Formats: sequence, C-alpha cells, structure tokens
Amino acid sequence: MTAATEVAARLTGFVAALRSHGVRIGTGETVDAARAVAELGFADRELLREGLAATLLHTTDQRKVFDAVFDLYFPRGVGTPDAGPADRDALRDRLARALAADDGAMLGRLAIEAVDGFGGYGSSPGSDGWSSYQTLDRLRPQTLLARVRDSVRAQGRGAGFDDRLLEDEIRRRIEAFRGLVAAEARRRVAERRGRDEIARRAVAPTADRVDFLYAGKAQLAELRRTVQPLARKLATRLAARRRRAARGTIDLRRTLRGSLSTGGVPVRPVLRRRRPARPELVLLCDVSGSVSGFSDFTMLLVQALHDQFSKVRVFAFVNRIDEVTGLLVHGRADPEGLGARISAEATLTGWHGSSDYGVALGEFAERYGDAVGPRTTVFVLGDARTNMSDPNLAAVRQITERARRVHWLNPEPRAQWGTGDSAAPAYAELVEMHECRTARQLSALVGGLLPV
Amino acid sequence: MFTSVDDVSARLAGTGYLASPAVATTVFLADRLGKPLLVEGPAGVGKTELAKAVAEVAGARLVRLQCYEGVDEARALYEWNHAKQLLRISAGRDESWDETRTDIFSEEFLLTRPLLTAIRGDDPKVLLIDETDKADVEVEGLLLEVLSDFQVTVPELGTITATRRPFVVLTSNASRELSEALRRRCLFLHIGFPDEELERRIVRLKVPAIDEALAASVVRVIGALRAMDLRKVPSVAETIDWARTLLALGADTLDENVVRDSLGVILKHQEDVLKAAAKLDLDAV
Repeated sequence: MTAATEVAARLTGFVAALRSHGVRIGTGETVDAARAVAELGFADRELLREGLAATLLHTTDQRKVFDAVFDLYFPRGVGTPDAGPADRDALRDRLARALAADDGAMLGRLAIEAVDGFGGYGSSPGSDGWSSYQTLDRLRPQTLLARVRDSVRAQGRGAGFDDRLLEDEIRRRIEAFRGLVAAEARRRVAERRGRDEIARRAVAPTADRVDFLYAGKAQLAELRRTVQPLARKLATRLAARRRRAARGTIDLRRTLRGSLSTGGVPVRPVLRRRRPARPELVLLCDVSGSVSGFSDFTMLLVQALHDQFSKVRVFAFVNRIDEVTGLLVHGRADPEGLGARISAEATLTGWHGSSDYGVALGEFAERYGDAVGPRTTVFVLGDARTNMSDPNLAAVRQITERARRVHWLNPEPRAQWGTGDSAAPAYAELVEMHECRTARQLSALVGGLLPV
Repeated sequence: MFTSVDDVSARLAGTGYLASPAVATTVFLADRLGKPLLVEGPAGVGKTELAKAVAEVAGARLVRLQCYEGVDEARALYEWNHAKQLLRISAGRDESWDETRTDIFSEEFLLTRPLLTAIRGDDPKVLLIDETDKADVEVEGLLLEVLSDFQVTVPELGTITATRRPFVVLTSNASRELSEALRRRCLFLHIGFPDEELERRIVRLKVPAIDEALAASVVRVIGALRAMDLRKVPSVAETIDWARTLLALGADTLDENVVRDSLGVILKHQEDVLKAAAKLDLDAV
C-alpha cells in the first residue's frame, strides 16, 4: 500500500468511526479533511487534531467523542515503549514531581509507562489485554495529593491567597492523568483487537445520547450543563412558532367596514388577531430512585423554560404526591441538591418507599384536580412501573378529561413497556406515551409537544 | 496569506491577539481551503477580536454584518436608493420611459450592504458576520448562497460573483441552533477558555502594568471559579477587567479582602458570588 492510500484509508476509517457515534459527516467534509491533512502534515499531532476537528465537526458537543476516537486512530506512539521493568515507587515519585510542576508532556509519557508497567493482564493470547482500572488501582495517583501539595508548598510557590486553590488544582491534574491512562489503555487494546471495533464500543457517547436510566454521576452533571443551551434553543423555537401563529385569517367584516372610506374598495385587508394563548403546564414527576436522573433533568429543563408559560406547576411523587413548584423557583435551583431537597421538603412517601402510580395519581386527581383546566398541558414523567399495585386508570381518565393534552414521557425503551410490573400499555391506551431515553429525544419531544 | 501555522500565531500575536494552537490551525486552514470559519464559544473569549486581528494582519478591510432578530435582505445585501431614484425620475421629465427605466436600476442607485460589499471589488476584505445565531432562519438561506459560491443575485443587475474571495468569519453564541447546511459550508472552531499559561500571557499583554506574580494569581483564581458550577463563569474579558480593577485598587497581592470586594467584577449573579465566596473560604460577603 502506498503512503497516500494508507492515509486515505486511515482517514476514511476514522470518519466511519465518528459516524458510528452519531457525528454526521458528509463526503465533502472528508475531502476537506484530506486537504487539511495535506496542508498540515503528520509532524505535529496536535495541529493535525485541530485541523481534523475544524473540518469534520460542526458542533461543540461532538468534540469529546472526536478526541477519544482521534487518540485511537492517530495514536501518540505505536507498540510499547522500551523501558526497563517498572518500579512502582519510582514511577509514583516521578508522577508526584510531574503533578507538582503541572508538566503536561511528562504526564502523558508517565501514563504510557504506567499502563505498560501495571496495566497488562493475562498471558495467553486472546484473553490478555490492558486495563486502565488495574493501572490506576496499583498506582493510586489520588493518594499523592498530600505529597504533591507539600512539595509545591515547600518550593514556596502558591503561598498566600492562592494556597487555598492548590488542593483543587492538584485534584484536577490527577483527574486529567487518569484520563490519559484510560486513553492509553484503550489505544493498547485497540492495537490488539482491531481499532474499528474498539472505537465503536469503548468511546463514551455524547452527553445528549446518554441513556437517562444508566447515566453515571459525571454524565448527569454533563447533562445538566446541556440544559441551559437546550432551553434557550427551545425557547427561540417556541417564540418563532408563536410569531407565525399570531398572523390570523382575514376579518371580512372589519375589512368591509374599512373599505367604506375608499368607496367600497377594500384597500387594506384587516387580519383577525388571534387571542394570545396562555398555555399552562403541569408536570407530574416520578422521582423514585430508579428514574430520578430523568425527572431531575426534565424538571430543570421545564424550569429553564419558565418564562414561556403563564403558569407552570410541578408535582413530584413516589407513592404520595406533593407540589414542588416552590422548590424550583429560578435562582434557587441548585441542580446538584435538587433531588435531595425535593425528598427532604416534600411528602412523597407513605408507609413504604417504592413508587405507586395508582395511589399517587389518584391523590393528584383528588387534591390538585383544580390545577388542571382546559388550557393545561400535562406531562407525566416516569417509567410506569407500579410495583404490581393497581394502576388506577380511572384517575388518569379523569385528568385527561379535564386537561387540554396529556403526554407521558417514558425513559424506558419501548420494547420493555409492559414487561414485569410495567403498566405502560394500559396507560398508553389513555394518554399519548412517548419513549424518551436521551436528552436528544427529550428536546425533540418537548419541542414538538409543547403548546404554542 | 499565511505560510504556516506558526506564521499565523506569530503574526496574530503581532496585533495583540494571542491565539491558541487550535485557533491558529483553523485560521490557517480557512485561508488555505478558502472556506468560511464558524466560531462558537462563550461570550468574551475573543471571537470578534479574532476577525479584527485577521483583518489587521492581512491588511484587509473589515466588513461587518451585525445580526439581530429581524435583520433582512435589505440590511444584509443591498437596497435601492429610492430617494435618489425619485430625484432622477423627476429631474428627467422629458426623457422617454425606456431611458428612465434603464437608468434608475444601475449601480449608481445601488446601496451595497455588508454581504455585497464584501464580494465586490478587488481589495482584500475580511467579512465578519457577527452573532449569526441572532438572525432569523431566512437570513441563513441568504448566507448559504453567499458563502458557498461567493455570489449574490441582484434581479436588475444579474449575478455578481466575487473576483477576490473575502476571508469570512461567522460568530455564534449558540443561542439558536444554526442549520446543518450552513455548518457544512464552514470550518468549525470552538474557542473555549484558554489554558493557564496562555491566559497569563493575555493578561500581561492587555494589562502591561501588572506584575507577574499577581497575574499568575489572578489567572489561578479565575481557573478555580471556572471549575465551579456557576450560572455564568468568568471569561477572558472578565479576567482582564479584574486585573485592571486590582491595579486601580492598588493591590499588589490577592488577599481575602481584595477578592471579596472585587468579586462583583468577575461574577454577574448574586448566587454565583455567594457560592464562590463559600468555596473560596471568604468570610460572609
């Protein structure tokens, strides 16, 4: 294979891997990327990275996936570094020094050595590999914190006010080092198992494609950061829709009356003005443990959309229901503590802690029935798993009769509806139920379903 | 325009714009591939400044289209000078109709707006389309024609094609999702917050009177604030403001009192101020 075809193959493989992660790249962009490679050359890996990112990506949130895939296809080094047998304490010493000096290049080299020295497992071909977990478990970089802090202080740097920032800074550096180790281990595995497969499986999805039900803590934090831009996006879309909808049909009576002054010639058509709709929103959120990530996120989104509606009321339930609108007041909302605050300040559970849709919905219809009127759109958020208790379809019917629309957003995949204790099919007969597993799906749904 | 990525960095630095490797690489490619550059990122990291710096380096004229809700073809592309056309018509009452008609739709009565201005003429130009996300969707359609073929169609005059392509920079704060079609036509650059070292250099460049140690402290505190989960994290513009404020206050080093008193310069929400004060162990604000 000549050098040129090899570059082309590498590039198209890279593009295919990005596509498999939902990054939409057309042929035109691939050609641009090839031209960029020709302009920049392979000498400087970081320039190459930036050049490919500029030509292939279209939005900021694709960057994380891009970086991970890039590390696989354009690795820092190939094979194993030729170093002697690894000495754990010596490596920790050097790591501490590099962390203290915040030496990025050194940290990168140490990550490679660390995976090489401590990450390998298995000896027979086929069952061996490289593990970042094992590397970090043996190296324990997080225990270096005190040592690095003391050595920085001993050098007399960071005295005075900055000193209080030091620990957090070192923590962030250690976190970055862990990321480097993970990338290196992935690269090694990829070399062994074939790049394409690893790129497809081992790279984390972008935040808006993370499944709500399986999102980890860090991913949830990232999801929350997407709320603000998402809300703004939806708000502009709603505003545009509202502007368009404000133009009504021709008001014949007033047009004719206006035409009297021009001798019966209707010079100025008068448009009937629509009465501005004042949509109201009611949210019923299951906040039990199993779906809390989802409802947290949705509540934040709705709260961010607050100014678009005349009235938003939010109710949370597990097996009893309580209004939590007050806890979501703008400005007070501290996303991290939201779930905890709701469970601390609202009465959500009766004698047991598992969710019971029937009781909660019944209680809503009974106690807060007046919250729902002909202008109200109701969103129910939850997985419809009732723990084998009565789903209380009568209560749902009662709500649908009073409300303008009722939508149910279910974070479970459609295929699982109705399995086990899920009452989803029964509810779905009464209200529109939508599968809503990721932020991307949620924003599409919310944008489409919200009343103008 | 540029010979290498390093050349871009060096020459931008000459105008007082310190570019990160990502910025320099993308500018270099935009020039080489002849494609527009879409720049996104938080407010105050120097998106607009980049266009100005490129214009200065290239010795080009900066043509700026500031987008806002309701900006339309007449504001972006061209308008006919109706007043002048009316004058022309009333001045030539004796002419035949044909003469008059052909006359009033000539270049003389054309008012070029930024997009058309950037395409016409042979002098080098940098076209800055600022805050593209603020414009309505229809304007995006207009941009598509201009940015892919660098041509504009004026019905009365025909199609005007650029003889010399301008260097185009579009900026966006991502308040609205730009269309896929528009994004495809551009190179994409996200300018985030600079790393510590670069930001220190920026502060030293913009506030020359500040001493090295204080600049380093300022950048470190800003870095810590950005790592917190704030409603509005401070950007480079705020770092510079803060450095200037500290100089004006006559502070040589950071201490609790100085930081507490000047936190309002960097943080724009009261809840952020409270949160930062708590995390930085400042006494009650």
